[in-house]
Amino acid sequence: MRFMLLFSRQGKLRLQKWYTATAERDKKKMVRELMQVVLARKPKMCSFLEWRDLKIVYKRYASLYFCCAVEEQDNELITLEVIHRFVELLDKYFGSVCELDIIFNFEKAYFILDEFLMGGEIQDTSKKSVLKAIEQADLLQEVSLNLKHKMA
Amino acid sequence: MPAVSKGDGMRGLAVFISDIRNCKSKEAEIKRINKELANIRSKFKGDKALDGYSKKKYVCKLLFIFLLGHDIDFGHMEAVNLLSSNKYTEKQIGYLFISVLVNSNSELIRLINNAIKNDLSSRNPTFMCLALHCIANVGSREMAEAFAGEIPRILVAGDTMDSVKQSAALCLLRLYKTSPDLVLMGEWTSRVVHLLNDQHMGVVTAAISLITCLSQKNPDEFKTCVSLAVSRLSRIVSSASTDLQDYTYYFVPAPWLSCKLLRLLQCYPPPEDGAVKGRLVECLETILNKAQEPPKSKKVQHSNAKNAILFEAISLIIHYDSEPNLLVRACNQLGQFLQHRETNLRYLALESMCTLASSEFSHEAVKTHIETVINALKTERDVSVRQRAADLLYAMCDRSNAKQIVAEMLSYLETADYSIREEMVLKVAILAEKYAVDYSWYVDTILNLIRIAGDYVSEEVWYRVIQIVINRDDVQGYAAKTVFEALQAPACHENMVKVGGYILGEFGNLIAGDPRSSPLVQFNLLHSKFHLCSVPTRALLLSAYIKFINLFPETKSTIQEVLRSDSQIRNSDVELQQRAVEYLKLSSIASTDVLATVLEEMPPFPERESSILAKLKKKKGPGAVSVNELEEGKREGGELNGGGERGGDSSAISTPSPSADLLGLRAGPPVTAAAPSAGSLLVDVFSEAGSGSLASYFQFVCKNNGVLFENQLLQIGIKSEYRQNLGRMYLFYGNKTSVQFVTFTTTLNVQAKPVEPLIEGGAQVQQVINIECLTDFSDAPLLNIKFRYGGALQNLTLKLPVTINKFFQPTEMASHDFFQRWKQLSLPQQEAQKIFKANHAMDTEVLKAKLLGLGMALLENVDPNPENFVCAGVIQTKAQQVGSLLRLEPNAQAQMYRLTVRSSKDTVSKRLCELLAEQF
Repeated sequence: MRFMLLFSRQGKLRLQKWYTATAERDKKKMVRELMQVVLARKPKMCSFLEWRDLKIVYKRYASLYFCCAVEEQDNELITLEVIHRFVELLDKYFGSVCELDIIFNFEKAYFILDEFLMGGEIQDTSKKSVLKAIEQADLLQEVSLNLKHKMA
Repeated sequence: MPAVSKGDGMRGLAVFISDIRNCKSKEAEIKRINKELANIRSKFKGDKALDGYSKKKYVCKLLFIFLLGHDIDFGHMEAVNLLSSNKYTEKQIGYLFISVLVNSNSELIRLINNAIKNDLSSRNPTFMCLALHCIANVGSREMAEAFAGEIPRILVAGDTMDSVKQSAALCLLRLYKTSPDLVLMGEWTSRVVHLLNDQHMGVVTAAISLITCLSQKNPDEFKTCVSLAVSRLSRIVSSASTDLQDYTYYFVPAPWLSCKLLRLLQCYPPPEDGAVKGRLVECLETILNKAQEPPKSKKVQHSNAKNAILFEAISLIIHYDSEPNLLVRACNQLGQFLQHRETNLRYLALESMCTLASSEFSHEAVKTHIETVINALKTERDVSVRQRAADLLYAMCDRSNAKQIVAEMLSYLETADYSIREEMVLKVAILAEKYAVDYSWYVDTILNLIRIAGDYVSEEVWYRVIQIVINRDDVQGYAAKTVFEALQAPACHENMVKVGGYILGEFGNLIAGDPRSSPLVQFNLLHSKFHLCSVPTRALLLSAYIKFINLFPETKSTIQEVLRSDSQIRNSDVELQQRAVEYLKLSSIASTDVLATVLEEMPPFPERESSILAKLKKKKGPGAVSVNELEEGKREGGELNGGGERGGDSSAISTPSPSADLLGLRAGPPVTAAAPSAGSLLVDVFSEAGSGSLASYFQFVCKNNGVLFENQLLQIGIKSEYRQNLGRMYLFYGNKTSVQFVTFTTTLNVQAKPVEPLIEGGAQVQQVINIECLTDFSDAPLLNIKFRYGGALQNLTLKLPVTINKFFQPTEMASHDFFQRWKQLSLPQQEAQKIFKANHAMDTEVLKAKLLGLGMALLENVDPNPENFVCAGVIQTKAQQVGSLLRLEPNAQAQMYRLTVRSSKDTVSKRLCELLAEQF
């Protein structure tokens, strides 16, 4: 996978993850262009399109579009399910996730994505393993918080 | 504001995000952000040391601001500090900031690498994973240099936790993708392959991505993975959906892993071991069988996961292309999907069938679906699906159904989406030519094409129709008659005028017997279009007129009168004026015999691969490539007329011709500028290899890597690097044919290591040249290449793109210093200046990139006029150092540049000026 974008129906970018080195300028240009293309598509259209030399796989969940750019030889359907699994992970973590969760806890959304995908490849497909990793981290965090409170 | 669900909320951050969301306007948002930036800056600069929590909060705010699309130019140091915190969340935010915002600031990279090193050796799995993630996210060369040795060790060590192994595998993959030379698997290879047997499915899932990538590059070393992959796949495919617990996804056992296993197998030919192969075929059959079973769930996730495996299995079947039974079953399965209610499946079925169409075993099976596909082309509401349908029609076309398919495509063209018209036009043109049984059908088709979609008919297409008409005398009369009729239309496309002008100029005599198309009628018809046409077309028409004078002496006086009119002979366009003057003179002084010789019918064109086919191949993403990019591609070394890319139609490949053809250094620019030289009045429709010429030599002034030369046989690539007065150049000689080159030798008027005397078909050999710059120079070293291809000796001489600017050391200096030195170099011979026209668009970023490529330092804020560029650098030669300053002043209005170079040595100024004047 080359990159993943999350953006709203209004064209606000909520999350972006790039798996190949890309100049900031190009990123902005690609995001703008791609959002335009995807937002212009109608609901019943297919979830795949060719864009530049990439394959785009996207799916809309409520107000958010999840959009992945994959290589020519990558499997489109399984990429759709990568998106779905990511949504499930967010959902499980936040408890019925909504766009606001991702806005206000953007750093958490990045952490979850990082646990799930690394360098654009799936690291683990098990929901349990991924969430365990995140929850462990949260636990560590609470411990350190508690320590802080005690010291204070 | 939602309640923060887990962990600690950074309250300040939440408040800030709320504020931003409440901003009513962009201005208000920017104001709020600037306020926050000022606040953070003062906190970071303040005397009071910040605690970890505050640092984390501010870094996180900066990250948020950056992700909103604003630039962040500070905070990196604080983020790096967070890395060495022993609090997990602080470390985590630090790493997140680094992965999103890292720049190639070398100071920082060293600090970051240090922190990573500590975390990697911490033996704390959570910290190790964070560090590995950071390496994978940044993936820079520096990181690869620092860690590529360590990570394989972590990956295969017995005591490494599973989660760390997963991260290590993917981290290594990322490094391998960016710097393959630094990742040396060697002794680890077999242990990495055996990760396929790991008990932990997560480890296998992660490792297989790495193994697939490594196998693609080193198939032999990794080939033991085939049998392991087959047995793993077989275990998954035959397992019940509950066996794999958390790795079962919507009742489908391990869909991701299955897909990846099937993908890995596509790196290899079918297994040779009978037992392994039997097992694999069994797997593939099971997968095909499962597609027919009723779904275990109505959820789309279930069918997607199941079908993902099915499509991957079909890809593997197509890749093997050796099991007719499986191929036909795959085709039938896809046939069912063609009418599925899910758009996604229809799309994928069309796409996948496209590859099936090229297999001899399944071509016929694919053809049975023609009506469904034509229907899809007509009725699909999504243009991307229609595009796939068009692709499939193109792929399934053969002699038996060509007329039907071409007719359908033509009728579709009338309403086709603009984004895919050009490609459709190319496809129709190719099919019409490839399957033409009678050439009148071909001519009709192409003329229809021009009528329906004239704007999308590229030069290649109308060149090709002319080429074919000229080569086939049985169709010439028909062609003349048809274009004559087509030109009767009151509004006809300019491309039609071009074809009409050319064909009537050559073969108008074949229809002149009919009084309805007598010579004067033909001429008047053509000339009635003249004033509506662009300059190149008018130039072509003028050539047609002079040909008329030869064909029909009775038109001479009429045409001479036209040529003599002020609008021709005094035309403001040089090309038109010159043609008018020369043709007029030629027609009045040359005898009939001379005229007949000069204006003789065009000789047949040599048979070669169709240039439209080459153009279509060049199109990467169908529909996605804009016309502009295509034209770009054509200009950059694309002028190879199909010779550039071969394959498919072997009959069209010309036999290796004498070296004249190999070199083919005709520098003549295409159509518009080609002046009528004796003999060939109409421009040769084929452009020859433009590379290898001076043009490609100049291409390398501002860059170090690229293709130096390319023709039908040979491609020569260059990679070079320079430091001080030394340089090293790697030459890559690629044999593009399937035949050996023997007695391959290169000689250079400087010292070079010898090169392999033999290049296998399709292979590439490398040669290294070490370069030392003794003193400044103007002439390039010459490289002579000789080899035998087939029986013929090929001989080639190229200028190596070693130019004086390669030995530049950039020099940064302030405005004051620059002007002081500029004044010091005030002797008249120290300065060289050129004023020249822009050859390319005057794009600031492109100019900057070129100037940086030149090797000098590009100095910002030096020239009072921000439009101008100034650069400084020192050329390092063994004998001396030559300081040079440069100023480039673009004038966008006039599309001109003024370039001034001053340096301490006059020859250097002069040479730099010459080199650079070709660049913009």
